[in-house]
Amino acid sequence: MSGYSITEPSLRQKWVAGTLVVAYALITILPLIWILTTGFKSPTDAISYPPKVIFEPSLEGYVNLFTTRTRVSPEALAALPPPATWYEEIVRNRDMVIAGPSRYGERFLNSIIIGFGSTFLSIFLGTLAAYAFSRFKVPLKDDLLFFILSTRMMPPIAVAIPIFLMFRTLGLSDTHLGMILLYTAVNISLAVWLLKGFIDEIPREYEEAALIDGYTRFQAFRKVVLPQAATGIASTAIFCLIFAWNEYAFAVLLTSGTAQTAPPFIPTIIGVGGQDWPAVAAGATLFLLPVMIFTILLRKHLLRGITFGAVRK
Amino acid sequence: MSDTPIERVAKATPPTVARRIRGLSDRTIAWLFVAPTIFLLLAINIFPLIWTVNLSFTNFRANRPNKEVEYVGLQNYERILTDGDIWLTMQATAHFLFWTLFFQVLIGFTLAWLINRKFRGNDLWTTIIVLPMMLSPAVVGNFWTFLYQPQIGLFNYVVEFFTGIPASSFQMIGDVALAPWSIVIVDTWMWTPFVMLICLAGLRSIPDYIYEAAAIDRASKWRQFWTITIPMVLPFLMLAVLFRGIENFKMFDLVVQLTGGGPGSVTELTSINLKREAFEKWRTGYASAYAIILFVTVFGLASIYVKALNKVKER
Repeated sequence: MSGYSITEPSLRQKWVAGTLVVAYALITILPLIWILTTGFKSPTDAISYPPKVIFEPSLEGYVNLFTTRTRVSPEALAALPPPATWYEEIVRNRDMVIAGPSRYGERFLNSIIIGFGSTFLSIFLGTLAAYAFSRFKVPLKDDLLFFILSTRMMPPIAVAIPIFLMFRTLGLSDTHLGMILLYTAVNISLAVWLLKGFIDEIPREYEEAALIDGYTRFQAFRKVVLPQAATGIASTAIFCLIFAWNEYAFAVLLTSGTAQTAPPFIPTIIGVGGQDWPAVAAGATLFLLPVMIFTILLRKHLLRGITFGAVRK
Repeated sequence: MSDTPIERVAKATPPTVARRIRGLSDRTIAWLFVAPTIFLLLAINIFPLIWTVNLSFTNFRANRPNKEVEYVGLQNYERILTDGDIWLTMQATAHFLFWTLFFQVLIGFTLAWLINRKFRGNDLWTTIIVLPMMLSPAVVGNFWTFLYQPQIGLFNYVVEFFTGIPASSFQMIGDVALAPWSIVIVDTWMWTPFVMLICLAGLRSIPDYIYEAAAIDRASKWRQFWTITIPMVLPFLMLAVLFRGIENFKMFDLVVQLTGGGPGSVTELTSINLKREAFEKWRTGYASAYAIILFVTVFGLASIYVKALNKVKER
């Protein structure tokens, strides 16, 4: 039993506030639920009026997402041997045959490679720089920190012009390495700022004790500071990963064939007469769902990271 | 126990020297740790910026790399500042900026204030509200064009359900009058949670004893709200506005997928316009000058704003 408090909201207040917030939350996730459900709708159900809430689930969207198909004449279709797999059957029902895999798998893999590659590099470089800024007297420290931060004020398109020319000259355009370096450069400013905050919170006495015990500076950094900063490093890594995962402007301008990530690809999934909405929704679901699950599971760290990162600056 | 000669030397050596003998000096480590970051930023941020400044004085076109480049002085800048179309895109950007900030501050603060009533399960619902801002703007923006479809779209249907306006009678994206609002709605949906989180941090930073003291002084709830809550959250709110302002000034992915700048050019924000000049018309020199003007504008406005913010904080 808690005692009476002036600042504790009354039960009625809590109910009203709770109801309003839950109502807003339900409205705000409606579009996301719509993405999840549209992926399992048949093309006719997806575009029916009024919009269908209850429908017969179909995997056609997912099949279309992963395959390319060609239309064949009914005679040619009848002449074919019976479909060997369930997905072939779905395609045959539309008078089509599977011509091959789509590029979605490749694009998804590119997103993973570039996302994780750039996150690793940003965290690696960012932790080193953050430690140095936090513990040592670096000449022009404040100027350097401000400079690192101000690089985020450039619109991506403005930076894209010279990067486009530079990558073309160096042979980095449309390569995984080029995109990893670019995303690292964008992410590193935030990473250094966040990580410096986390390292500042670790008492210096721990390292000093380690130094007296005969550790070198480097060993103290590796064996004392890094384990202490692990949570901070992990939540910073998630921010870097989410940025690289979601990025579109650089990806659409600097990649095309080999290193294209999923965000520029998903909107180009087209069917007969416009976008194939169940397939688009299926592609979006697979791409967005990991981030949603991550956000819900790691909410404590993430939410703290967002406010912390912003308020500190 | 008597000291060995080695131990005696070790004791006599000052700790800093000892550290230096054992490993690299602090100074060397500092430089070793900072250098890669600085190098990367120089190579991928600063060098390109200098290159852009240089290009902005030329008539270079990236799709004709072999053509001879001429320096044209300030001609590009002159053209941009006297071009009527650019003022139209500036107006579109201003409309987008003003209304997204207005709605996000209003809704974001209200939500934070409600969540701070600490009802049961508030952290889970907060997380659900935060979901949209974690997702890829391009992918989500593309799907919103489906929700905005006149006959079959969920958005139009919901509007019909609540207001009775027939779903097929209006086009959020296709209509010149409605398109600017269609991007405001999606951006507000996506980014209100950011403002909400910052406000929540502000509200939670106010210690309870201030309210207790005010209650003892018989200040009404209304008065407490205006004399304690608002002034103490204001610095946080202004910070949220700064971040959203900078981000929305740079806005590209969400809007390019939603409307592509259309219909006509009513939602052609500066970044979209810039992309058109640089990567469709390939007027690289002109676009570089444009980019510099935008950068200076953001930087200038942000600096003035930060000065105002610091004044509020000092109060």
